[in-house]
Amino acid sequence: MTPTRKKRLAVVALIVLGVGAATAVAITALNDNMLYFVSPTDVHAATAPQDKQIRLGGLVAAGSVQRDPDSLEVRFTVTDGRHDVPVSFEGILPDLFREGQGVIAHGYLDEGGHFHAHEVLARHDETYMPPEVMKSLEAAGHPPEASKQ
Amino acid sequence: MIFHRLKVGFHRLGSPPTFHKLCRVLSPWLWAGFLVCAAIGLYQALYVVPPDYQQGDSYRILFIHVPAAWQAMAGYVIMSILAVIALVWRIRTVEIMTMAAAPVGAAFTALCLATGSLWGKPMWGTWWAWDARLTSMLVLLFIYLGIMGLYAAFEDRRKGARVACILVLVGLVNIPLIHFSVEWWTTLHQGATIRLLGESRMHPSMMSPLIWMTVGVKLMFGAALLDRARNDLIDQDRRKNWIRQLIGEGATGDNA
Repeated sequence: MTPTRKKRLAVVALIVLGVGAATAVAITALNDNMLYFVSPTDVHAATAPQDKQIRLGGLVAAGSVQRDPDSLEVRFTVTDGRHDVPVSFEGILPDLFREGQGVIAHGYLDEGGHFHAHEVLARHDETYMPPEVMKSLEAAGHPPEASKQ
Repeated sequence: MIFHRLKVGFHRLGSPPTFHKLCRVLSPWLWAGFLVCAAIGLYQALYVVPPDYQQGDSYRILFIHVPAAWQAMAGYVIMSILAVIALVWRIRTVEIMTMAAAPVGAAFTALCLATGSLWGKPMWGTWWAWDARLTSMLVLLFIYLGIMGLYAAFEDRRKGARVACILVLVGLVNIPLIHFSVEWWTTLHQGATIRLLGESRMHPSMMSPLIWMTVGVKLMFGAALLDRARNDLIDQDRRKNWIRQLIGEGATGDNA
């Protein structure tokens, strides 16, 4: 390689390293703001702000969904296995919403620790399999790992 | 010896007529390979593989979405490697190839965003969310468009290509961000299903069309890249002698 090309290569390497370092610093500083949702454990540890719009993410606790027969109101519990947060929501839920499924609720937390959601999104996990496989897994007593956060 | 021959071959690609010939010969084969792979892949995706236990048939969109997303990122890495060669060695045909990669990569990024959005509405309940994965993918689209714009903004095409190559290197930082966004932060988008290291979280009976589509999309990227590069080269060299000779050959060929 000629000296000119070596110099150019060094400049190229410097650009890539420089931009990489700058981005790493920026992202470390912004780390908390890059989170799309917080977990029930964060809510209990009071790291989540109160009276401010936040997104709460976790699994819908089994057996916790209660629908009001006269309106679109739904109450359920969001859990991450360690802590629970009761959530109320009025509106239409996405297709994938079901007990044991991951959800992200957007709303605010009141003083009593109750979460009022104005939007509920279903969070799909990364597992894909045919229904027959799921059935045989259940029959064998091996439910697949629940959706991870 | 082999290294030397490779080096000579590499240098010969810098010659516009040789490069033009290579593109013209290679491109139809890549298109044909893409059509075969896509036909097999789409048939399997729509008719052969079983539905998903939770999403039913809606999950089948991933057989386009995932290969497009992978190609959007792989295309950027290829473009970056070409940009380094273009910047260090200043080979004009490589500059042209780098610039030809941007619109193709942008198209795959747009396809990935569109299919993801179509899937997101029924599954997540929203067309769009500003989470780290979706946002970094949108940034990738803007970087691609920025590279195309910067290249087009210069009267001198070679100067434009060199400036745009620097932007390619700057934008490279976004690629690991896209990949690791679902691990580093909480996102609405799910984590990686297919893992090179460790077990994939997709049942083996669903894998085949994904592989066909991924290979097909790679071939299509190559074909579109070579076609675009050849067109750009002909456009730039339209007043040069070798093009006149080429057209002359074609004309006599038609008459014969």
